[in-house]
Amino acid sequence: MKLDQLKELIQSEFPDSIIGEDENSSPQALLIKPEFIHSVCVLLHANEQTYFDQLSCLTGLDNGPESETMEVIYNLYSIPYDLHFMIKVVLDRPKPSVDSVSDIWNGANWHEREAYDLYGIHFNNHPNLRRILLPNDWEGFPLKKDYVEQEKYHEVKVKY
Amino acid sequence: MNETEISQIGGLKTGEGGIIVSKLDDLLNWARLSSLWPVGFGLACCAIEFMSTASSAYDLDRFGIIPRNSPRQADVMIVSGTVTFKMADRVKRLYEQMAEPKYVISMGSCANCGGPYWEHGYHVLKGVDRVIPVDVYVPGCPPRPEALIGGFLKLQEKIRSESIMRPKALEKLMEQKNEA
Repeated sequence: MKLDQLKELIQSEFPDSIIGEDENSSPQALLIKPEFIHSVCVLLHANEQTYFDQLSCLTGLDNGPESETMEVIYNLYSIPYDLHFMIKVVLDRPKPSVDSVSDIWNGANWHEREAYDLYGIHFNNHPNLRRILLPNDWEGFPLKKDYVEQEKYHEVKVKY
Repeated sequence: MNETEISQIGGLKTGEGGIIVSKLDDLLNWARLSSLWPVGFGLACCAIEFMSTASSAYDLDRFGIIPRNSPRQADVMIVSGTVTFKMADRVKRLYEQMAEPKYVISMGSCANCGGPYWEHGYHVLKGVDRVIPVDVYVPGCPPRPEALIGGFLKLQEKIRSESIMRPKALEKLMEQKNEA
């Protein structure tokens, strides 16, 4: 299935959900409105022509304070059709939040926790959204472009 | 056996002889440095070198060094690898659980000073000596088994010069008192 066909499939179900595409990325990507992400994923997961039964990766991306945007990127793989596909959503940087897809792919659970841990992206309806790598009482989200590490952690100086 | 024969072999063994006179310090130090039992835990790639040091090729056992699975049975802690801030609390707890006298070997650049994470590693403790006192630093990234054995020999040297008559902590207190 080509990108055009995927686009058509999504558009026929959710007419206003697609806001852009990237043919040069690998795999090819569609830009989806954040409010549609959960329903589009349900569609792609269950549709007989796609069967995207594996979420290979879910990751966050910070475009920096100037752009005021953050992204969440979904890498999907369909085992029966050997098909790769990428979805991107662009979020508001001051308050990034998007619906969780962990009820569709269980593997998204920890990926979303990692994106929350390092970027501070909030995933709505996530069953257990707390830090996964850093300690619970860590301050800030380290992979944000404007991150400044805290002075001390448990009375120990952080800087060299 | 007649009396002449007995005197020829140096007399009968009666169990009355066999005394070695030594200083208590020497005896204690000898006992301590000949059975350094480390806590067996690893944090990063240095742990692999630590493990191969214990293997038959390098044979740590010949120094009386046997890794233990509990800090309560251990004399020395080898901090083998990158100490993250999350782990630092646990390392400190393990150290506190060890019985005195206890020693620490900091193994590799990460444990010594943060290593390659010194500048941009927001999550890495810049030297384990910021949370627990270190006796011997072993440089390397990671140090070869020979280097770790060198570290143990340095620690043995240090223990050999200890004395129960001159507790270091007391000396420090006296110094502080004299200064004040």
